Order: sequence, then structure tokens, then C-alpha cells
Amino acid sequence: MSVPETSSAAAGPAIVKQHDDARKQALRSVIQAIGMLPVLILICIGFELLNGRFMSWGNVSVVAQQAAINIVLGAGMTFVILTGGIDLSVGSILAAAAMVAVIASKIPGWGMLGILGGLLTGLVFGGANGSLIALLRLPSFIVTLGSLTAVRGIARLLGADSTVFNPDLPFAFIGNATLLGIPWLVVIAVAVVLISWFILRRTVLGMRIYAVGGNPDAARLSGIRVWQVLLFVYSASGFLAGLGGVMSAARLYAANGLQLGQGYELDAIAAVILGGTSFVGGIGSIWGTLVGALIIAVLSNGLTLVGVSDIWQFIVKGLVIIGAVTLDRYRLSGSART
Amino acid sequence: MAGGASTGSAESGPPVLEMRRIAKSFPGVRALSDVSFSAYRGEIHALMGENGAGKSTLMKVLSGAYQADPGGEIRIDGNPVTIDGPHAARRHGIAIIYQELALAPNLTVAENIFLGREPVAAGLLDRARMEAECRPVLERLGVTFTPRTVVGTLSAAEQQEVEIARALMMRSRILVMDEPTTSLSSRETDRLFDLVRQLRADGLAIIYISHRMNEVYELSDRVSVLRDGAYVGTLTRDELSAERLVRMMVGRELSSFYTKAHQDPGERRLALSVRDIGDGHFVRDCSFDLHEGEVLGMAGLVGAGRTALARLIYGADRRSSGRIVLDGRPIEIHEPQDAIEAGIVYLTEDRKRLGVFLDMSVRDNINLDVIERDAVARTVLSFPAARARAAQAMRALGIRAANENINVGSLSGGNQQKVLLSRLLETKPRVLLLDEPTRGVDIGAKSEIYRLAKRGVGVVVISSELPEILGIADRVLVMRDGMIAGEVLRGDMSQEAIMAIATGGGRAEETAGSIA
Repeated sequence: MSVPETSSAAAGPAIVKQHDDARKQALRSVIQAIGMLPVLILICIGFELLNGRFMSWGNVSVVAQQAAINIVLGAGMTFVILTGGIDLSVGSILAAAAMVAVIASKIPGWGMLGILGGLLTGLVFGGANGSLIALLRLPSFIVTLGSLTAVRGIARLLGADSTVFNPDLPFAFIGNATLLGIPWLVVIAVAVVLISWFILRRTVLGMRIYAVGGNPDAARLSGIRVWQVLLFVYSASGFLAGLGGVMSAARLYAANGLQLGQGYELDAIAAVILGGTSFVGGIGSIWGTLVGALIIAVLSNGLTLVGVSDIWQFIVKGLVIIGAVTLDRYRLSGSART
Repeated sequence: MAGGASTGSAESGPPVLEMRRIAKSFPGVRALSDVSFSAYRGEIHALMGENGAGKSTLMKVLSGAYQADPGGEIRIDGNPVTIDGPHAARRHGIAIIYQELALAPNLTVAENIFLGREPVAAGLLDRARMEAECRPVLERLGVTFTPRTVVGTLSAAEQQEVEIARALMMRSRILVMDEPTTSLSSRETDRLFDLVRQLRADGLAIIYISHRMNEVYELSDRVSVLRDGAYVGTLTRDELSAERLVRMMVGRELSSFYTKAHQDPGERRLALSVRDIGDGHFVRDCSFDLHEGEVLGMAGLVGAGRTALARLIYGADRRSSGRIVLDGRPIEIHEPQDAIEAGIVYLTEDRKRLGVFLDMSVRDNINLDVIERDAVARTVLSFPAARARAAQAMRALGIRAANENINVGSLSGGNQQKVLLSRLLETKPRVLLLDEPTRGVDIGAKSEIYRLAKRGVGVVVISSELPEILGIADRVLVMRDGMIAGEVLRGDMSQEAIMAIATGGGRAEETAGSIA
């Protein structure tokens, strides 16, 4: 039979081409991994040249604190977008969680319960999103658009539509103190990134998140309980929004159901997309999201430092996001998906 | 080409449609070569052939969806014409009713009939004229719905009548019907046949594509057969016999490629018993046994329900009835996870959409079904185990990949299929359900895939390639219309025997007898 001959003869060039592919793929994954890092560095250098104070230790610390909450929300959003979904409700959930945290912090002697209350609030709303999406198979965009509105209402209801204060907030250290010289907000954000990385890259669940995002039909047929994965990612996103709420309350000693967290979902999504995570799911990393969130924070901080007006900041940020998505499309077109 | 007007109802004179020396090549594939076909006014001309014989390609050339290679010719009423798109086809009076109806379910009957050429009065849609114009046609067809009925509320049979009405409204003279009875009940089928005969009496030329022998017997004045993209021959009504047709359809050399040493199934232990499986609408009462080490072929035409049955067993679709017994123990399967845990795995026919993860590495693809088994505390991935499995599987199956980290999307189709198969084999299954396992795979990979499959304990192979089934299977079940229509044992296996059951040819012979 001539079969072995023909197949091995055909294998020669095919394997050469694959080695070529493998090199390209390795290069591409490096580009994907560092992704926007060069952009971030260039922006930082630019601001440093324009304003000598930008790279000072004090300002870097401010930028990191400004980025912290968005990094936490962006981590949750990374889980969701990796499965091909979206979570528009994180800003509202953050507001509701902050309200619960501040209100619970006033319980005499049990003020630390505020932390738990905030986290649980986020988990409950995230779980509700997840249940509707995973079990009733509703589109994530519609479900979270609904909860964006409804949870905002709940947040206002919690404080009778007014700002709640607690000048003696027992967990205020989270927003204002440092651990070994590093602000607690930054410590928390770094911890969230590390844990997210561990889940995504080192656990069975993480592998399944990528599988569900890459090919949901094949994932189901391969025995993955897709609903469990979806329930997890939306619950995680809600929980991290709750954590963001606690962080926000701790920094402000206060919460306001109407104003807090407005538009945060867009910053979180922008961070994920800037980080090179594919909007259709299956491709992306938490490191990208970290860089994306830092770019957004650096832009806000740097533009303010060099005296660009608030209005122009919006325009610049918007254009940067569109530019990044263009880059994302360009990058995807070179991948195996085509 | 079988010459001349051959039957009573066909008129003399030039054929209304003549296709001569039609060829069509796609990159790497010759779909049609030198096919000639003609149809006369007042004739029902059936077109038969196995899956992939070229029937649809030929009709797509006729409808302008494909352009034939240069050299061929299409004549309408004896005049050569160029059909370079659907509009040209419509202009020449050609209408095609596809298996999947092309109607807008949210619009009314009249709106559908006039879709794309709506009458306009003073810049507005002239609804009254639309309804008035299609009413006589609907009356002629004897339908029970009105021009204002919303199409989505109609049955499949009624929707087909809407399509026919649309063809008549466009003054079509050549009507192509592609498997029109697939979704009809037998009463609806009878009614459709009456309608088709009426259209024949009105002078239309009807090209009727069907796999079902008894329909072809009942309706057609002539039958043409295609095989492997080539024209085999045309039989007139008096020459028609089931035996002859089946021979014309399958008559290719049996490849000795798959031939293997067959074992005697009698003594082997029962692995899987399936009883009365059904999904409540299409698949009904399917029962079969599978023995250890046995390769059970599952033959049938496309749409006979083979994939549907396999998916029901695997838990991919919801089962409404039936029991599954594995190694003597009844098992409950509600979702694929249950089947995998019990030891039943399913290889999909749709590799890219339902099988592999193109953006994930070869290693992750191979390990995906067992990562939880290997994981530390069933949670934390074990990379050494994954690497070991990937290396072992790549060696065992001869997967040609530069390394285990390369994305599966950059492998060839045959290698992707081997990756998918090795993912299933890693679960150490008791039963393999393989759905078209060698589709799009070169011949070397084919033999390798079957060699591997046979390591499985019990194997069910769904394949539309009869030589392949004959070569590998110990026994063949044949499905038709959602049921297991028959079984062919090793000694009696032939393409003719299988095709006769798959097309209902056995029954057709009785029909033929009564006609003669």
C-alpha cells in the first residue's frame, strides 16, 4: 500500500509550514501578552516629557489608586468577555454594594460587617445576572442592561435617594492606609489580578472559560456544563463589583446611590478591550486588562496634569479605545480563527 | 442521452429545457462532468443519485447560483441561453422549490408571492391588487388559506403550496422540486402529488429530485441518474425497476481499502443496548444492540435520522422515550457529561463548529475532557499530566503538528480530526459513536482513524460512504425517516442491499408490480 509513503511525503512541507506557523504563533502570543504595554510606556514617557512631575513616586501612587477600582471591575469583566458575554451592570452593582457597606458599617460594634455586606450584595446581583443568562439562556447584553437600570434604582432606594456618610468608617484603612508603604487599594487590585490569573490559567474552571468562549457548542458537546461556567463568570463579575463598592466606600467614607459608579462599566469594558481580549470570547488575558486599566488611568491623570480640559479628556479617551479595537481586529485577522 | 419524447404525456417538438455537456469544477473537486439533461413540456422528470452525486450542483447551475465551466450549453425552447444569476433564471421561466423553504414567515401569503416585485400604486404598496392577482392562482391550487394568511401560521405542506403559487405567478415553465416530501405526512404527500400531476397536465416541465423510490415510481415519466458527478443514464417509465435504479445509483467499484478480518459477533459480550429511543417527533422506536469489539455501521440517506439518533443516545438532544443499558446496567443520560462519565462518547460530523477548539492548543484540545480527572483536587490543572497525554496521543495517532502548543486551527483537517478523536479516546470510553469520522480526511488518515476506532470497545460508525461502511462494519443498520428500517448482516452486505432499504426500494418493488 502506498499510503504511508504519500502521507509522509506530504508531511514534509506541511510540517515546515507548521514550524513557520508555530514561530508566528509564538510571536503573536508574545505580542498579545505584552499587547498594549509599549503603548502604556510611550504614553508615560510622553507625559513625563510634558510634565516633569508625572513619574514622581507620589503621582505614580495616585495613578495606581485611581486605577485600582477599574482593575478590579476589569478583572470581572475579563471573565465575562472571555465567555463571549458582557456585563453592563457593574457600575450599578458597585453603587448598591457601597451603599450596603456604608449602611452596615454603622451597626455599633459590628461595623466591619460592612465589608461582608458589600461583597455579598455584589455576589447576589451577579448571581441573579448569571442565573438569567445561564439557566434561562437570555442574552447577556439585555439581562445586564436591565440590571444596570434596576440595580441603580435599588441603590438609590437603599439610602432613600440621599448620600450616606460614616466619618468613623471602621474599614476606612482600605481606602486610605498603606501596607508596607503600598496603598491598600493597590494591594487589593494586585491580589485580584493574581487570583484571576490563577483561576484562568491554572484551574479546570479557567480552561473551561476559554473553551466556552472559543466554541460554546463544542464545549457543551464535550461535556462541559456551560451553565455552570456562565453562572460563575457573572457571579465573579458581580462579586468583584461588590469589592469595588467596598473600596469606593472606604475611600470616600460615604456612598451615593445616584452618582457612584456611573459609567464605570464602560471604563471596565474599555480596559478589557484595550488589553486585547477578543470581544467574541476565547482569547485574552488578565495581564492585558491590567495594562488597559493602567492606560485609562494614566490618560486621565496625565491629561489633567498637563492641563487638558475634562471635555477633551473624554474625546481623547474615546479615540484611544476605538484605536485599540481597530488594532484588535487587525490582530484577530492574523490568527487561526480565519 | 436517452433520445426523444418517450412517454404519453410529453409533447413532441424540442424539449423546453436542454442542458448539454454541463461540467462544474471547484478547486480540487470535479462536481459535475459532461452531464446532459432534458425536460419536455408536460413531463415529470425525476433526478436521482446518492448523496453527493451532483444533483444539487446541476440544479444550482440551472438556477444561476453556480456558473457551469465553459463548454456546456443550456437551451430553452431550442435557443441557447446564458443563466448568470437568479434573475436570469426567473426570466427564462425557471423556478426552484428548495427543501428549506425560502419564505418570510412574518409576511402574508400575498406579500410572499410578490416579494421583490410588489405592485405599486401612487408610490404605495398596492395590497388590493396583490391579493386580487394571486387569488385565482390559489383557487386553481385548491388551497384552504387566503392571500392574507400569515405564512408562519401555515403547515409545511401549505407553505410549499405558497411556493408553488409563487412559481405559477411568475409564469414559470420549468419547476424544480428538491425533495419536496421530506417534511410532509402521507396525506399531504398524496395531495402534493395530485397538484404536481395537475401542473404536468397544464404543460409545465417538472424536475423532481427525490431519494424515495416509491415516489419516483408513482410520479415520473422519466428518471435520470447521476453518480459521482457524471450522467449514468435515463430510464423511461416502462424501463423502470428498483433493481436497475439502485444498480445505476451505486454501481462503483467496491474499494478493497477498508477490508479487514471480521470476527464472529455471536459469542461476544453485549456492550450497549438501546431500546425504543425517540425524540417525540422525528426519531422513533430505535432499538439496537452493540457488542464488545464490534463495529456497527449505520447507513441511510442524509436526513434519515442517524445523527439525530446518535445525539439522543449521547444526551446532546432531549430524549422523549427509550432506555439505554451499558454493560448490563441501565444508565441515565440527560446531558453529554452523563454519557462521557458512563463511557459513551460521540464524535461529531461537524468538526469545526461542534468539535475542536480552533484557538486552543493541541495539548489543551486533547486534554479537555480529562482535565478534571487529572487535576489536583479536581481543581488545579496538572501540566505534567497534560503534557504526557498530549505527547502520547500525538505519537499514537501520528498527529502531525510542530509542537503541542500550536493552535489546532493551523492543523490540516485530517490532523484536527485525529486531535478530536484522541480527545475522546483519552476518556477511555466503552462505546464510540462516530459520525462521519472520515469526512474531509485524506485516505491515509482514513485508514488510521478506523484502525484507532477499532481499539474502542464497541463502535457505531455513521457514514454516507457505502464502500467505507462495507469495508469496516461487522453489521449494518439502515435508517430511513427516523426509524431503523432494516439490518444487513455481514454475509448479505452489498451496496445494493443497503440502498434498497435506505430508499424504501423494497416497498417500491411492490408498487412497481402493481403498476405493471
